[in-house]
Amino acid sequence: MDLTTNSLLLTWTVFTPFLGLTAILALLALRPALRLSQKAVDEASRGIGMIAAVVATALSIALWVDFDAGTSNLQFIHRFVWMKAWNIEFFLGVDGLSLSMVILTAVVFLVGAIASLPWLGKLDSHHPHFSGKRVPGYWILLLLLETGVFGTFASQDFFLFYVFWEVMLLPMYFLIGIWGAPSRKDPDGRTRGGPYAAIKFFLYTLAGSVLMLLALIAIYYASAPAMLADGTQGPHTFNLVHLTAQAKAGVFTGAKAILGVPFVHLVFVGLFLGFAIKVPMFPFHTWLPDAHVDAPTPISVILAGILLKTGMYGMFRFNMQIFPESLAWASWAIGIIAVINIVYGAFVCMAQKDLKKLIAYSSVSHMGFCLLGLAAMTSTAVNGAVFQMVGHGIVSPMLFLLAGVVYDRAHTRDIEGFGGLAQKMPEYTAITGFAFMASLGLPGLAGFVGEVLVFLGAFAAHDGIFRVLVAISALSVIITAGYYLWTMQRMFLGPFNHRWDHLSDMNWRERITLYPLAVATVLLGVWPAPVLDMVRETVNTLMAGM
Amino acid sequence: MTIGLPQYLVVSGVLLALGLFTIVTRKNAVAILMGVELVLNAGLLNLVAFSRFSGNLDGQVFALFGIVLAAAEAVVALAIVLQVFRAQRSVDASKASDLKE
Amino acid sequence: MHDVAPVLQDFPLLFLIPLLPLLGAVWNGVMGKTMQRRFGHAAIHLPAILLPAGSFVIALWSFLTLAGAPHGTSMINHLWTWLPVGTLQAEVTFLMDRLSGVMALVVTFVGTLIHVYSTGYMKDEPAYWRFFAYLNLFMFAMLTLVLGDNFLLMFVGWEGVGLCSYLLISFWWRDREKATAGMKAFVVNRIGDLGFSLGVFLLFWGLLTTPASPAPKGHDDPHGVQAASHQAEAAPLATSIAFREVEQILQDPIKRDRIVNRDILGMGMMTLICLLLFVGATGKSAQIPLYVWLPDAMAGPTPVSALIHAATMVTAGVYMVARLHFLFTLSPVAMTVVATVGALTALFAATIGLFQYDIKKVLAYSTVSQLGFMFVAVGVGAYWVAIFHLMTHAFFKACLFLGSGSVIMGCHHEQDMRKMGGLRKLMPITAVTYFISCAAIAGFPFFSGFFSKDEILWKAFDSGNMLLPGGGVILWAITAIAALGTSFYMFRSYYMTFSGEYRGAAAAHGHDAHAAVAHVAAHADPHAVPADSHDAHGHGAHAPVESPVAMTSVLAVLGGLALVGGYVGLPLLWGLPNVFEAWLEPIFAGTAQRVTSAGFGHGAEWVLMGFSIVVAFGGFFAARILYKDGRSPFPARLLASPSRLVQATHRTIFNKYYVDEAYNVVFVKGSLVLSRGLAIWDTRVIDGAVNLAGTIGRSFSFLQGAIDRLFVDGLVDLVAKVVQAAGDKIRRLQTGHIQAYVQGLSLGALALVALAYLLAW
Repeated sequence: MDLTTNSLLLTWTVFTPFLGLTAILALLALRPALRLSQKAVDEASRGIGMIAAVVATALSIALWVDFDAGTSNLQFIHRFVWMKAWNIEFFLGVDGLSLSMVILTAVVFLVGAIASLPWLGKLDSHHPHFSGKRVPGYWILLLLLETGVFGTFASQDFFLFYVFWEVMLLPMYFLIGIWGAPSRKDPDGRTRGGPYAAIKFFLYTLAGSVLMLLALIAIYYASAPAMLADGTQGPHTFNLVHLTAQAKAGVFTGAKAILGVPFVHLVFVGLFLGFAIKVPMFPFHTWLPDAHVDAPTPISVILAGILLKTGMYGMFRFNMQIFPESLAWASWAIGIIAVINIVYGAFVCMAQKDLKKLIAYSSVSHMGFCLLGLAAMTSTAVNGAVFQMVGHGIVSPMLFLLAGVVYDRAHTRDIEGFGGLAQKMPEYTAITGFAFMASLGLPGLAGFVGEVLVFLGAFAAHDGIFRVLVAISALSVIITAGYYLWTMQRMFLGPFNHRWDHLSDMNWRERITLYPLAVATVLLGVWPAPVLDMVRETVNTLMAGM
Repeated sequence: MTIGLPQYLVVSGVLLALGLFTIVTRKNAVAILMGVELVLNAGLLNLVAFSRFSGNLDGQVFALFGIVLAAAEAVVALAIVLQVFRAQRSVDASKASDLKE
Repeated sequence: MHDVAPVLQDFPLLFLIPLLPLLGAVWNGVMGKTMQRRFGHAAIHLPAILLPAGSFVIALWSFLTLAGAPHGTSMINHLWTWLPVGTLQAEVTFLMDRLSGVMALVVTFVGTLIHVYSTGYMKDEPAYWRFFAYLNLFMFAMLTLVLGDNFLLMFVGWEGVGLCSYLLISFWWRDREKATAGMKAFVVNRIGDLGFSLGVFLLFWGLLTTPASPAPKGHDDPHGVQAASHQAEAAPLATSIAFREVEQILQDPIKRDRIVNRDILGMGMMTLICLLLFVGATGKSAQIPLYVWLPDAMAGPTPVSALIHAATMVTAGVYMVARLHFLFTLSPVAMTVVATVGALTALFAATIGLFQYDIKKVLAYSTVSQLGFMFVAVGVGAYWVAIFHLMTHAFFKACLFLGSGSVIMGCHHEQDMRKMGGLRKLMPITAVTYFISCAAIAGFPFFSGFFSKDEILWKAFDSGNMLLPGGGVILWAITAIAALGTSFYMFRSYYMTFSGEYRGAAAAHGHDAHAAVAHVAAHADPHAVPADSHDAHGHGAHAPVESPVAMTSVLAVLGGLALVGGYVGLPLLWGLPNVFEAWLEPIFAGTAQRVTSAGFGHGAEWVLMGFSIVVAFGGFFAARILYKDGRSPFPARLLASPSRLVQATHRTIFNKYYVDEAYNVVFVKGSLVLSRGLAIWDTRVIDGAVNLAGTIGRSFSFLQGAIDRLFVDGLVDLVAKVVQAAGDKIRRLQTGHIQAYVQGLSLGALALVALAYLLAW
């Protein structure tokens, strides 16, 4: 594979948000000189942020247009030596898997950015909207986050990946902590709220990062010499392409066992746990509901839409690509946990009274399908898992946007407290019903394709246990239908609760975010080929390594 | 017994002691001022006495100069006391603490 | 084996059959509200009727083309590849063969008629547009189900009709009960869908991984399976999941036997596949144990009940089994189960139907029962009979439901038959069509139902495919009793509704058989219909009037078909041509040899036919005696009887054997309790562990901090503290009192002098 720099398009995509944030910083620095009012700075920050998000989306679509789906080789490579002393390279490039995620990132962030614009309807002075709070800071962090996510998906150097991975972490912490719900006591007297959720998220993910860092260092020192971008030979390497080739050549299987555990398995587990926290995998999932409940709407959208996928992506990119034997070794353990994710998540959903919490747990359930697809290790299942990542990346933002719509108006998300909303908000009801149907896997919508491929693929897995696992996890289709319809019933149907007389139906900002996603859900549901074609070769290569 | 230098010095010492005692013990600013005068004059007495027994007149001249200065000093001090009294209706030195930081 | 090779003829308009209603649904769903406000109802129902009518025309065209083509021809229309993944190639392809052709015609024809009927029934509905949008969407889903040429596309329609059923049952969502009924229908259907999808997974896996060479017995040990699947990856048996290709594979005896002989979970693989698929059918077609949603589904508007819950959607299970006859005939166990469940459901639902007062509930249980008959037919391998009964049932049951709708509208949304009566004079067309349909469902000779139902009874009796010897006769006995019950309760509903005096509104008096209950009910406000938008007829207490022509004309057409619709399938016994059987023969030819007869001759068939007629008339006369004009005191006396047995039986059956209650406790409450428990476990234990880790971390750092503060930092602090304390003391000396300074000065000087002396000394 030719690994020389051949395009800067990807680099531009990755750093476009960073340019945007630099522009906002420059604006802040120049503010005294230009004598700008607070309002002007706020508006300009929003404008710059939106432009950056739109340009990034346009660039990612340009990537898609130029992408050659007929090969699994990396494309849009930009590579040079970054830190010579440690053989660290700056190495960006995408294959089908990365590109699908990059495009999803751009789309989800664009939606998130639009959802971060101020409330267009009647403002409720008692409940200030987060979009008016410390605006430049918000946009700076949002754009930093976007660069971090882009970089995570585009990095082909392990160290660079780690750097971007950590870059994602910090903005998220502040975005949840500062712009999220204020601190409060829950009925049991425990402290909850934005700051709590942010710290929990931060520490949890950081704990995962530590494991990953250890694995990264271990892999580095176990790696064989490899050629750097400047043509010199380095004693070790972080370069993923080299690492994969070395793994195939048996470099890591030959490494010394640590405490009796084979090196590859140990490293595999370290990486896997680091990613699993992000997915989130049972039992490391509890940060997710808290983070979602207390994050502002766009941050929930981004969190569910794309941040969870970084974990799955990592598993495919590292655990599967570099350590396929270890994946086979762990496959049924992962499969069992995946089923717990699916079924357990669905059951817990049913008991939730907070709409956002319900959706958060449904994410736990739906990400379980991705894990199951990974564990099953058949081509169909892996394709399904990747498609599920994309499908969930479209559907779950819709759900969180919808939760935001009602929360912006009613300032509560208590499902039981609504009733008969269909009377007051028919359009909202219709689109929510649609999103619920998409999420519960109605055929013809995006959620179904991923699920059915994972099921079919897992059913045909070598290991017979997967047939049992599929049979159990298929139970979730009933439970999922149960909790979504029950939520429909409690919120929208039945006699109208006149407490909500003041609610208004959706406004244009919300429509702009929701309808394109709905259209995408239908399109991918009936014609999933664009995504499947994009990832096919990559998946085939991954499978060939098995 | 002949009156020699030691006798002078003893008188001067007694004066000094009485002056210091007055300064330390009295609250009245005027009385303190008088104590200061005693201390000053004890010093002047020493100057005169040493001058007398050392055979040159420098000390005498210095004493005269000191008396003039003492008069000026007394004037200034009494003026201050008067101002303090005007301001506070009291000449108690310990109470005149308005200017203290 | 087929006599003729299957020929696929491209018919590029086929996709329009499902697409047209979808366009209607999208148009009315998006623009309907505006159009209705601006242009009135016609703007809604014109496209909503014309588009399905267009589907009907295309379906008819295609059907006629098919009829003109040689045997074994199918119309096909490939659109695009839906799931192009590895070994799985799910296409979006519509297929019209002789079976799906019949179904498509029934669906589009009855569907279009019911759309027409709805313009009358729903005319006062503010959300008129929404109703037609849903109805069109249903047509789309149903036609996809029927015309889809592979398992996954069928599943799209399969779930789609479930969704539409949910939307339409909950159509009057302001009423919590109706909304709940919709939810129940969807969730119960999903249970069936789960079975269906697992069956498909299993089949697909079986096709993919069946070993290439005949394996010895006991090859299902783990190593064997693993080896098998490895082998299979290299040379999969099937790369398509289209029905016809699976059928072709299974026609190869070697390949077939490999799958049939394979054991999964101690059961033949094919049996397991079929049973799982049948679970799907029980969900969709309301069979035991998943029938519970259908009676509740009567909460939907009556045209919906007619279209979805009688004529089309609920027959999807029957259609599916018939479509997959090449699987079911391979498993005698599955066939026996299907037939037995069908027979038991037929009887079970018929007994419940005997005691219902809600006219729609009667029809609902009758539908469940009739579907049971169809499953008996597919279970014994008489596929064409099942489809035949499906078709005649679509006519007469749709007519009955629409008739009940007409009655309900006439009686100002009253559904309790005890408050009807005497409607024959007031609503003559409804009465006549209702009577014809009752006769058809009861199986009066020369009515459509007679031909189909009698054929089912005969095929069941003569079946040689049941596992239990003589099983056919048992099946026949059960279904015959069910048929007797059917005849009785259908005519009971007819006489309670149409004969005697009108008991609704002003004339509410308890001369009904069930005086006590009726009395209480009569004193309730007869117009206390739930505060739904559809209660807008502006009626007072005046007598019912015949429904508008949009409704009666549809009734007339369907009533006519209920009368003559059976003539396409005249019994061969009479020496008359059976067009229907001949038409479907090529479809089922591949498996015909596996369906065996028990060997009863024509004599037995004649006897059974006579018996059927006796049963039909027996039920009719019993109902006539007991319920005509509401005069007979017997039912009231029977119900008032103090006998424990009578009371308990009645109560149990009246309350539908408490199955709903039992399900509610076991499944609904059970899963709720489980979910709450898991949620508490999640927050307390799992999240608790996380928070505990946090707390421990914090405690540890607190401890560290304490040590740091007390010992390490303490030393540094000590120095500072001493200095500070000293300074604090010394500071006091600086009082600002000159006298004190002088005092100190003096004393100090004195001390120095004293010291000097002391030192000198």
